[in-house]
Amino acid sequence: MLSLIVFLPILAGLIILAVPSSQKQIIRIVTLLAAFGQGILAVLIWQGYDPSLPGITASADGSLDGSFQFVERLPWITLDLGAFGTLNIEYFLGVDGLSITMVLLTALISIIGVLSSWTISKQVKGYFILYNLLSTAMMGCFVALDFFLFYVFWELMLLPMYFLIGIWGGPNREYAAIKFFLYTLFGSVFMLLVMIGLYFSVIDPATGNHTFSLVAMASQENYIEGSIFGPESVFWRYAAFIVLFIGFAIKVPMFPFHTWLPDAHVEAPTPISVILAGVLLKLGTYGMMRINFPFFPEVFQASLYVIGVFGAINIIYGAFCALAQSDLKKLVAYSSISHMGYVLLGLAANNTEGMVGALYQMFNHGTITAMLFLLVGVIYDRAHTRQIDKFGGLASYMPVYAGIVTVAWFASLGLPGLSGFISEAFVFVGAFSAEVTRNLAIVSVLGIVFGAAYLLWSLQRMFLGKRNPDAVYELHKDAEGNDVIHFHDWKGKNDLDGRELAMLVPLAAIIIVLGVYPMPVLGMITTSINKLVEVLSPVVLTALN
Amino acid sequence: MYELPSGAEIQAIITTLKTSAVYYLPEIYLSALFLVLILSDLVFRQKKNQLLSIVSLFGLTGSLWFIWKQHSMTGQEIFFGMYVIDEFAIFFKYFFVVSAILTVLMSMTSDELNKRTSGVGEYYVLVVGMVIGMVMMASSTDLLMMLVSMELVSLAAYVLTGYLKRERRSTEASLKYLVYGAVSSGLMIYGFSILYGLTGETNISEISSVLLSRGYDPVTLMIASIMILAGIGYKVGAVPFHFWSPDVYEGAPIPVTALLSVASKAAGFALLIRFFYVAVPHGPDTGAFTPGSEWLLLLMILSVTSMIYGNVVALWQTNVKRLLAYSSIAHAGYILLGIIVMDELGTQATLFYLISYLMMNFGAFLVAVTIANKTGSENIEDYRGLGRRMPLAGAAMTVFLISLVGLPPTVGFIGKLMIFSALLAKGSVFVWLALVGVLTSVISLYYYMLIPLNMYLRESKQPLPDTIRSGMLPQLVTAGLMLLTLYFGIFFTPLSDFARYAVTLFGNQLY
Repeated sequence: MLSLIVFLPILAGLIILAVPSSQKQIIRIVTLLAAFGQGILAVLIWQGYDPSLPGITASADGSLDGSFQFVERLPWITLDLGAFGTLNIEYFLGVDGLSITMVLLTALISIIGVLSSWTISKQVKGYFILYNLLSTAMMGCFVALDFFLFYVFWELMLLPMYFLIGIWGGPNREYAAIKFFLYTLFGSVFMLLVMIGLYFSVIDPATGNHTFSLVAMASQENYIEGSIFGPESVFWRYAAFIVLFIGFAIKVPMFPFHTWLPDAHVEAPTPISVILAGVLLKLGTYGMMRINFPFFPEVFQASLYVIGVFGAINIIYGAFCALAQSDLKKLVAYSSISHMGYVLLGLAANNTEGMVGALYQMFNHGTITAMLFLLVGVIYDRAHTRQIDKFGGLASYMPVYAGIVTVAWFASLGLPGLSGFISEAFVFVGAFSAEVTRNLAIVSVLGIVFGAAYLLWSLQRMFLGKRNPDAVYELHKDAEGNDVIHFHDWKGKNDLDGRELAMLVPLAAIIIVLGVYPMPVLGMITTSINKLVEVLSPVVLTALN
Repeated sequence: MYELPSGAEIQAIITTLKTSAVYYLPEIYLSALFLVLILSDLVFRQKKNQLLSIVSLFGLTGSLWFIWKQHSMTGQEIFFGMYVIDEFAIFFKYFFVVSAILTVLMSMTSDELNKRTSGVGEYYVLVVGMVIGMVMMASSTDLLMMLVSMELVSLAAYVLTGYLKRERRSTEASLKYLVYGAVSSGLMIYGFSILYGLTGETNISEISSVLLSRGYDPVTLMIASIMILAGIGYKVGAVPFHFWSPDVYEGAPIPVTALLSVASKAAGFALLIRFFYVAVPHGPDTGAFTPGSEWLLLLMILSVTSMIYGNVVALWQTNVKRLLAYSSIAHAGYILLGIIVMDELGTQATLFYLISYLMMNFGAFLVAVTIANKTGSENIEDYRGLGRRMPLAGAAMTVFLISLVGLPPTVGFIGKLMIFSALLAKGSVFVWLALVGVLTSVISLYYYMLIPLNMYLRESKQPLPDTIRSGMLPQLVTAGLMLLTLYFGIFFTPLSDFARYAVTLFGNQLY
């Protein structure tokens, strides 16, 4: 089941390879079918998921039953290394509370992304092949439980992303694409070294061999004494934690490694921005929760405050930058940085409330930011500009658009009743109840205020009042004397058309439903988060020593 | 006063030669092929066809059978200890023959060679001659034999580099190569003679045991080491003995560049590993990490400077061949990392890396040939807009380049993984080397991606036809190499087992 959900898009990509490039509609439909297939599978997995099983590590008896679900485990590569025994790499997939929400989110965003890609008309075949490759890599990352496999999927994302930004992007796309590539690769090569070091440090208790299994690595008792990341090897464990953290922080992106993000977002086409913000950024924090923190819990305990500080900086700094933007897409990009700061803050709280808030915020940020970028795309398609002051008074002429924008904007600023509120509230509850992050929580609340400021201000400038004198659209009178908006060389419907509604309405519905009744997601993740907190807790560590 | 050998002694020598010849069949076969090619060039001179290339293609393929037969003869010293048959040498014999086959395939499709020269007869003869030299380099266990085989390779390479007689840069490259080659060979001979002076032996195992038993003056040995490393470093193209390589790679015909950058480099590594692991005394405690000489430090310097210099200077290149030349300097640095580890895992990683390097580098050069045939240019600027027009070449080039960077799922990634695993398996002593390795590979991403950048992200300045077709043969070979690069990036067990099988080194005292 998990294999299918991962490799379905690749299958679609292979089919597309055989379709002549003139058949654009067939190519789009094949990709859409694959994405829907993923969606159906994701729902089936969700339905079959038992929220009472914790995951994170193996069960007390060392088996995976009663821990991970939908496990697929096959030996993939077995190498004879002579004196070093054998190198075992497994094809090892499974989900727990951390990944199930991300699987659902990825499937959802993939479908939205295909719909949003419908208007791409340049080199359609190449675009959708790369899109499918990206889709497989993202899904693979979230379900992989073998570090090697995870790393392959992680790196596999980079190349399609490079081309998707580089070929179909905006004017400055070359710079943005290579910057994205270099930043992420810089982070991940350290991960490669840590991965190799972990391999030599960890023994799978079931087989007695060295292993790449993320599950085995999450239990401290599997680390061998005297190995490079063994219990007493303090220096290397700190070094590994720091470089891994930087690697994942680049993806989040955390200040000061965030500068690739605004560039990438501004240049990327809308669907790629949606994927980037909706899924790719989550991989950073997912990696922290799955790999970085549980592997080196004592270092995590020691660096809570630092992580919290970076989270707070992200929140405030992102909000300030967003406040200064005149380009709507850049504003959304910086708001994304700000909102990922909440995730970091929640993680730094190191308690169930904070971590639940962080994971829930990851999901909500995925849906909300996807919506924001789609809405930016809608107006950019029509007006060919994203400058906030080139509009004004849009609410009167595009009422449906304005309505959905309002939902998304308010969800983003954390209005009660919408999903963003609940996750941010959890993060603050968690951060406030933990001694170490209490002051940071107080400072970070300012982020909400600034968030409200830039969001409401942009809303006001673009949608309220009258048309700006230098706006990019004209107004014509129709037969009844009402003003009708007119964009240059835009032939489609002025307000949202069916395809756009098909993308936006489900997202809006999810945001509202999860804002009112968050239990479908919270119920799934709580057991795993409790387990994660337990794995990270100092009590367990002292018991070990 | 010199005494003539007695009849019985001569008889014994002849017997040894006779018995040794059985173990020397691949080399004899290749020499016969060499002669057949010369003859067929003379006889069929007038006919402008691919006869010679096809003869050399089949001839080289045939030699694989003779090499395969040698698997049952391993552990054999022949010709009075001048030459050995071991799995290590057999591995490299396969490697060189396969490289030569790919070079011949590439040469058959190259317009540069087939249209702009007076004839390609001697070309294939020289390629086979170079293969003979490299095969002997991998098996030599005697200083004299090493020197002779290395010179054989160099001589063939000088002529091949200057094969485009009418092009100035080709001639210039050839002369440069010759001058640098002569100097570094001279240094190496001097180093060998000092070593001979220290020990009175030319056989590398004997050298090692004499050095150990009798002791030596460390300064003298250091001088000899540096001089010998200059010769080998020149062959593998490691900094600071790399100065010839960018000019030579740029000037030589592309298939020759590919052969030089892969096979000739690998031959240098074969020699280096054998010499370093066998001739250099490593102290009584051979198992532990206590090398008995300063060689390790020298190799580390070579490796680190190669990685940094090659990758950084490549950033400014505008010519694909020059870019790949600097990349090959950098790769020499990565391969040296595997040798520095000095254990089975390190050798295995080195050999694996060489195979992966063979696939990706030949692939990249093959695409460069295909494109040069169509555009007549090797400038990266002239690659603009080609990705869409030559879909296979574009996709394949991208795969080869990300493999050179070392990104999954390609064989180049596994190569780097094995090298870094070998380093980290030693604990924390080599972590800094691994760090240099990964950081320079991030730098390399930038210049490698310049090629896909121009192929896909930029539109050409001149109008180009919508699709550019190339011949059947280059397409097949390109596709084959691309699929292998990807396949072995995901299922690399066979390659890795092959490399593991080949780590057995005759007379090795390290493992």
